[in-house]
Amino acid sequence: MVSSAIATEQIWKWLEEVPDPEIPVISVVDLGIVRNVVWNGDELIVTVTPTYSGCPATEVIARDIRDALVAHGIAKVRLITQLSPAWTTDWISAKGRENLREYGIAPPAELIQIENIICPHCGSTSTEVVSRFGSTPCKAIYKCRACLEPFDAFKRH
Amino acid sequence: MSRFEYLLRLGDNALILSQRLGEWCGHGPALEEDIAITNVALDLLGQARNWLTYAGEVEGRGRDEDQLAFLRDAGEYRNVLLVEHPNGDFGQTMARQFLFDSWHHLLLDKLTGSTDERVRGIAEKSLKEVTYHLRRSTDWIVRLGDGTEESHARVQSAIDGLWMFTGELFEVDAVEEEMQRAGIGCDLAALRGPWMSNVERVFTEATLKIPKQTWMQRGGKRGVHTEKLGYILAEMQFLQRAYPGAQW
Repeated sequence: MVSSAIATEQIWKWLEEVPDPEIPVISVVDLGIVRNVVWNGDELIVTVTPTYSGCPATEVIARDIRDALVAHGIAKVRLITQLSPAWTTDWISAKGRENLREYGIAPPAELIQIENIICPHCGSTSTEVVSRFGSTPCKAIYKCRACLEPFDAFKRH
Repeated sequence: MSRFEYLLRLGDNALILSQRLGEWCGHGPALEEDIAITNVALDLLGQARNWLTYAGEVEGRGRDEDQLAFLRDAGEYRNVLLVEHPNGDFGQTMARQFLFDSWHHLLLDKLTGSTDERVRGIAEKSLKEVTYHLRRSTDWIVRLGDGTEESHARVQSAIDGLWMFTGELFEVDAVEEEMQRAGIGCDLAALRGPWMSNVERVFTEATLKIPKQTWMQRGGKRGVHTEKLGYILAEMQFLQRAYPGAQW
């Protein structure tokens, strides 16, 4: 079978099953970092944009995407890194945002705000920032004043 | 070769400051601050990789980011002296960070209008990160400056000690001029006004004083460094120097 016969719609579906290595509840597609999928003859070109310049997950993500596509029988995969336009949390899908919330990570705020991020545990907006940086480059640490639980929040970026 | 030199300056500033901040790993005054400092270091390291990869391509001698980072001696480094200055206490680290972030933010903002597409892309990406860095270092300067007598005295003394390294940030030489003419770089001297306004605004809120000192130290951009850089490189480059080509 000539693999280029596989529709790119199908490939996007496969990529929707590739999780982010550090936040496995969200796929690389829902995170908004897969920018393009296109055939060039029998070679599949996948364009990926990093979340943060120094994010150590970037190389693992590239490997996971390649492995997933090879497992689906695509022989030639080329990954291109594209910096511009720069990734923004606005590209996180509605499904991705919901998955983050269920997992206990507050999704990025709709507006640029530091205070009153909605607590993913109890839904209160009475929250405070503990640290503007968290366990991964894309997150900050918060505390809920209502339920007193600490939580991670995706930084709006 | 001016473009190569120019890209080295951008990359080396990010790389050396990243390495300095990395020294805080495991030594932060609180867990959150430890994580925050190393997150900033990580952003800067990523930016350095982007700049140095491009520098290697422009040079055209087959050097990649790793070769540029690990196999150049101090005299070949083009970072400003400010970023190689030792960490000192937390106040000194934050003072250095604030003075640098205020400038870095203005510079990257200008470079998002560069005629060089790669420079524009890296600047656009970096600017979003540095905006966040600046917000944090600004907060700390205000908290420390307008904090206790002790924190105020320490951060003021840090600023007094670092001030002579700020002149170089705005120094225009032949490389800068050529880059500005080509539309790749920008007019560094023109950044001084907005930088000073920001520093004055934050210092006023932080009850800190702008040092009166006018004599400025220089040399980093043409490879004349303080003795401090050698120690940074000795640590950073040890593995590749002792075991050339080692990979893992």
